[in-house]
Amino acid sequence: MEFLLASAVGVMTAAGVYLLLRARTFTVVLGLTLLSYATNVFLFAMGRLAIDRPPVIAADASAYSDPLPQALVLTAIVISFGMTAVAVVMALRSFLESGDDLGAMTPSSGTPAQMVAEVGESSR
Amino acid sequence: MNHWIILPILLPAVMAPILVLAARHDLVLARVLSMAAAVLMLVLAAALLVSASVQPPQMYALGDWPAPFGIVLVLDRLSALMLVLAALLSLIVLLYALGGWDGRGRHFHALWQFQLMGINGAFLTGDFFNLFVFFEVLLIASYGLMVHGGGALRVRAGVQYVVVNLVGSSLFLIAVGLIYSVTGTLNMADLAGRVVEVVDGDRAILHTGALLLLLVFGIKAALVPVHFWLPGTYGNAAAPVAALFAIMTKVGAYSILRLFPLAFGEGAGLSAGLAVPWLLPAALLTLALGMTGVLAARSLTQLASFAVIGSMGTLMTAVGLFSPQATSAALYYLLHSTLAAAALFLIAGEVSVRRACGDRLSPGASFADRGLLAAFFFVAAIALCGMPPLSGFLGKLMILDSARGGANAVWIWAVILVSSLLCIIGFGRAGSTVFWKSDPAAQPLAVDVSGSRPRSVLPLVSIGTLLAALVLLTAFAGPLMGWIEQAATQIYQPERYIDAVMGEAGGYE
Repeated sequence: MEFLLASAVGVMTAAGVYLLLRARTFTVVLGLTLLSYATNVFLFAMGRLAIDRPPVIAADASAYSDPLPQALVLTAIVISFGMTAVAVVMALRSFLESGDDLGAMTPSSGTPAQMVAEVGESSR
Repeated sequence: MNHWIILPILLPAVMAPILVLAARHDLVLARVLSMAAAVLMLVLAAALLVSASVQPPQMYALGDWPAPFGIVLVLDRLSALMLVLAALLSLIVLLYALGGWDGRGRHFHALWQFQLMGINGAFLTGDFFNLFVFFEVLLIASYGLMVHGGGALRVRAGVQYVVVNLVGSSLFLIAVGLIYSVTGTLNMADLAGRVVEVVDGDRAILHTGALLLLLVFGIKAALVPVHFWLPGTYGNAAAPVAALFAIMTKVGAYSILRLFPLAFGEGAGLSAGLAVPWLLPAALLTLALGMTGVLAARSLTQLASFAVIGSMGTLMTAVGLFSPQATSAALYYLLHSTLAAAALFLIAGEVSVRRACGDRLSPGASFADRGLLAAFFFVAAIALCGMPPLSGFLGKLMILDSARGGANAVWIWAVILVSSLLCIIGFGRAGSTVFWKSDPAAQPLAVDVSGSRPRSVLPLVSIGTLLAALVLLTAFAGPLMGWIEQAATQIYQPERYIDAVMGEAGGYE
């Protein structure tokens, strides 16, 4: 189980980092999502992997699993979900305002219209 | 227990929903409520400052759960000082925003309050996970504020800002997980006691976690090599938003000052001085790069952004020395650089609404209030570059003095002094281009954008107040330093902090 979990975290992180380094915001958002999944699984494993152990007090339990990482993961899932939603909305807004979903800034250009034109040129 | 400690978080947390629900369509009501909240916050922060200076560090246990199990807030001199700085900055910059910026998008005041809630929470919290949560609160509000006013370029810069910070948040969580896995605690005071007990095989995991935290705080503090988000973000945000963001880089500096002397200070055994070999070189690089950027800037906002990076470099150099004397110099410089950078962003904002060619560093036609703005710029530039007689000079002098005799003194002196020269050249060139030279062929701003209405004087009042605060900071440097030195001593006496938090835990046994 350790191997499965560790390799899952590793593969998701690697894929997430690869997608983050792409030029288009859509793939970047996907990369962020994968990275947050990897982080959540990683956090969960920090309480040590154990099977059939209750996290809260039970009469017939011989040992307990650590409830704190589970609570942390719950919070982290909610926060990363909300943040991903914000990132999607901002990326969409950026796409609607500038006509493409490239993340690049071109500092040399003066007006947004010129900038869009330049980015369009360079992407071809 | 002192219940006032929770109020800096509760006040904005209550005020923001009221602003969203009750004052959504009424800008005047929103302004009144927002200003009232800002004034209340300053009074509250001042009261807590007084409380922190007469008492040892105080702990507030939420729900009265004892320390390592429950969530705690801790108030000591350092956090009280940061609260006052945040409240003062927000009040003055809000005054600027009332000049018209707050009406250019929706929910400006509500986002402002949420931002303050996150900042105050980060200054008060006593455990990592809530530090993470409050970082997220302040970030999600800052995403909204960053794109306030709209525009393709600004939204695009906003997307980059969001992505960088989301990656930072993931790293933060991984670091928290690593530290928890080997120490079994999230409470900073509890961690300080447990660092020594970590078995040798797990120490590498602990160090990885702690250095990842340093990296995350470095992203917030815009340290090289993770500084690259700052010029784009600050350079494209609205002027009052960029000015408020001047405190956000200081949240990173605060977190480093909070965690590392506490848990990885001299009492940490094998883990003592964990951050030292990383922080100082990064800080010196930041300083050199920031001030070189000042030379290369093409607009006043860009100039201010790189000056912020440079001043963060100076600040973190002093923090990186990890001694009480250097830390008190760092705290003084922190107060100074926050106010000076905010003033500079506001001046750039005022120049760009008055000039036909915005705040670009090219000669243009004359513009309204040119003399006054030039004087403001001159004062802010003197302060930021660290020339006498203003507070930047005193701050840098104290940092140089605290580095004297140390192992890296030559490097620190050389980088700070040469970078100051670069800064003076950069600011001198920028100021003379914008305020002195004029291009006779250039057309002045044909029609005033605001139409027939007279331009509000609030922005100028706000800038004047910030600069007056800098003058006060210089004039009362003596008594202030006395207070700050005690704050720095408190930082390097972690046992008092630990007693305040963990001492109460004995009560439930």
